Amino acid sequence: MFSDQQLEHIEQLKKRYQHPQSVVLEALWMWQDTHGWISEEAMKQVAGVLGIPFHDVYGVVTFYTMFNRAPVGKHKLEVCTNISCMLRGSDRILKHLEDRLHIRVGGTTTDSQFTLVEAECLGSCGTAPMMQVGDEYYENLDETRVDKILDGLT
Amino acid sequence: MEPLILPNIPDLHKLEVYEAHGGYQMLRRALGMPADQVTDEVKKSGLRGRGGACFPTGLKWTFMPKQTNKPKYICVNGDESEPGTFKDRQIFEFNPHLLIEGTIIACYAMGVTTAYLYVRGEYAKWIRMMQKAVDDAYAKGYIGKNILGSGFSTEFYLHRGAGAYICGEESSLMNSLEGQRGYPRVKPPFPAQNGLWGCPTTINNVETIANVPVILRLGWEAYSRIGAPKHPGPILVGVSGHVNRPGVYEMATGELLTDIIEGYAGGVLGGKKIKAVFPGGSSTMVLRGDQIAGVRMDADSLKAAGSSVGTAGLIVMDEDTDLIRVITRIAAFYHHESCGQCTPCREGTGWMHKILKRFETGEASRADIDLLLDVANNIEGNTICALGDAAAWPVQSMIKQFREEFEMRVNEPLAEAASVGS
Repeated sequence: MFSDQQLEHIEQLKKRYQHPQSVVLEALWMWQDTHGWISEEAMKQVAGVLGIPFHDVYGVVTFYTMFNRAPVGKHKLEVCTNISCMLRGSDRILKHLEDRLHIRVGGTTTDSQFTLVEAECLGSCGTAPMMQVGDEYYENLDETRVDKILDGLT
Repeated sequence: MEPLILPNIPDLHKLEVYEAHGGYQMLRRALGMPADQVTDEVKKSGLRGRGGACFPTGLKWTFMPKQTNKPKYICVNGDESEPGTFKDRQIFEFNPHLLIEGTIIACYAMGVTTAYLYVRGEYAKWIRMMQKAVDDAYAKGYIGKNILGSGFSTEFYLHRGAGAYICGEESSLMNSLEGQRGYPRVKPPFPAQNGLWGCPTTINNVETIANVPVILRLGWEAYSRIGAPKHPGPILVGVSGHVNRPGVYEMATGELLTDIIEGYAGGVLGGKKIKAVFPGGSSTMVLRGDQIAGVRMDADSLKAAGSSVGTAGLIVMDEDTDLIRVITRIAAFYHHESCGQCTPCREGTGWMHKILKRFETGEASRADIDLLLDVANNIEGNTICALGDAAAWPVQSMIKQFREEFEMRVNEPLAEAASVGS
């Protein structure tokens, strides 16, 4: 369920657009920030709040890559492997994370702390290689720095 | 050139610092001018879009209907997702008020009463920075009702995406903003006639809009004398890959690629030779290292060299780079990002990736080179939006420029080798 505060915020956002459907991404963001992922129940809630059909919300959730359609670890590690990062050794970073966390790309650690995924270009080409964890960008990575970052994530 | 978009002024992102350096004075000046005259200044300045298509900005603004009973909109495109591109992010972080000032001036010029800044979902941190700047500008009356007592009112809203390269395509961006899947629309009708919710809409890139206050400050004549005459102004060039000092550098258009790499970016890592460059992001035609002497970072020079300026995201690859791996990774990207509407792109990008993987693993046949070209040629020009072309061009150009790299990776004995053995 959305909190009263979230519902109020959604009502405010609706005024910015000609149609309430425009708030769908923001409503989904709110849900994911609270619950960590987008369930079918979440899509029903969003559809209800915006007064739009469920299938429109489903269509949106399945189009955009940032919505988790299944639970993920507490920290989602997204390593950019696109060309600029690849040229600066992103494969080493990915391998190091796989080895340290004992999971493969796409996997989640058994303690549900970490999920490891590959990301497309995140706009950090000048500070490559990099990864995103939640909202944070970690740039100019090497194995030592990755270890320090992981140690700092609780 | 003295930086104009990203001047080296500490704390420029703060409103009071921006104001102390002449910030929002151009908005004040614009509001005192007839709206058409503002558009005219931008038109005469020669500013061309910085989002990849290089379309003349002032001309685009004139497409907006003057007489209409519908609301008009501006979408500022901050989706920045082209691999090798990381410039708009610098504007959000270091000079957000320049972007806001430019947007409000553009709104005034076109009679727009609502502007949306669409920012890619991954840029959460930069969205927060922009939101702070927008809130401050509202509080000071630079956005909102009766701006600076002029009687002109306009709103400015941030809109966060959620991870889709295609939403940087203008019609896809509008569908995304309407809360739909980010499918590109068939053009015509063009956005100026039929954009957001069927209303007149102009979409401009973040860097393009940031140039607008600069044009008013310098005057169109002085601005048009910066850099390359047919593609003038300051440009943010992002250099990445095998260079000593990767980063975003502001310069006048028309700098030599070699000067950008050797000068700004400190040369190639380890003093190696350049094997190849993508001059303007991964979707521009690749150039050989031995072809870039004399080529400049502007639309005409790069076109003559067989490529394009794109988003000025210059990706440098040294002599030891495995280009088959590079192009396979790029093909994977376009396959992942194809929205799936058009068959040539939806199927073709996947086929190209599959064939390229055969080269990567040494399982390709000689005929696969021409098959790959055939697939690319059948995507190019046959899709609703430019993603199809963006996927085809790097593959086509890689084969054209580096055919020998593909030939070396086929799983067949070379004809010469076979004849030696017989």
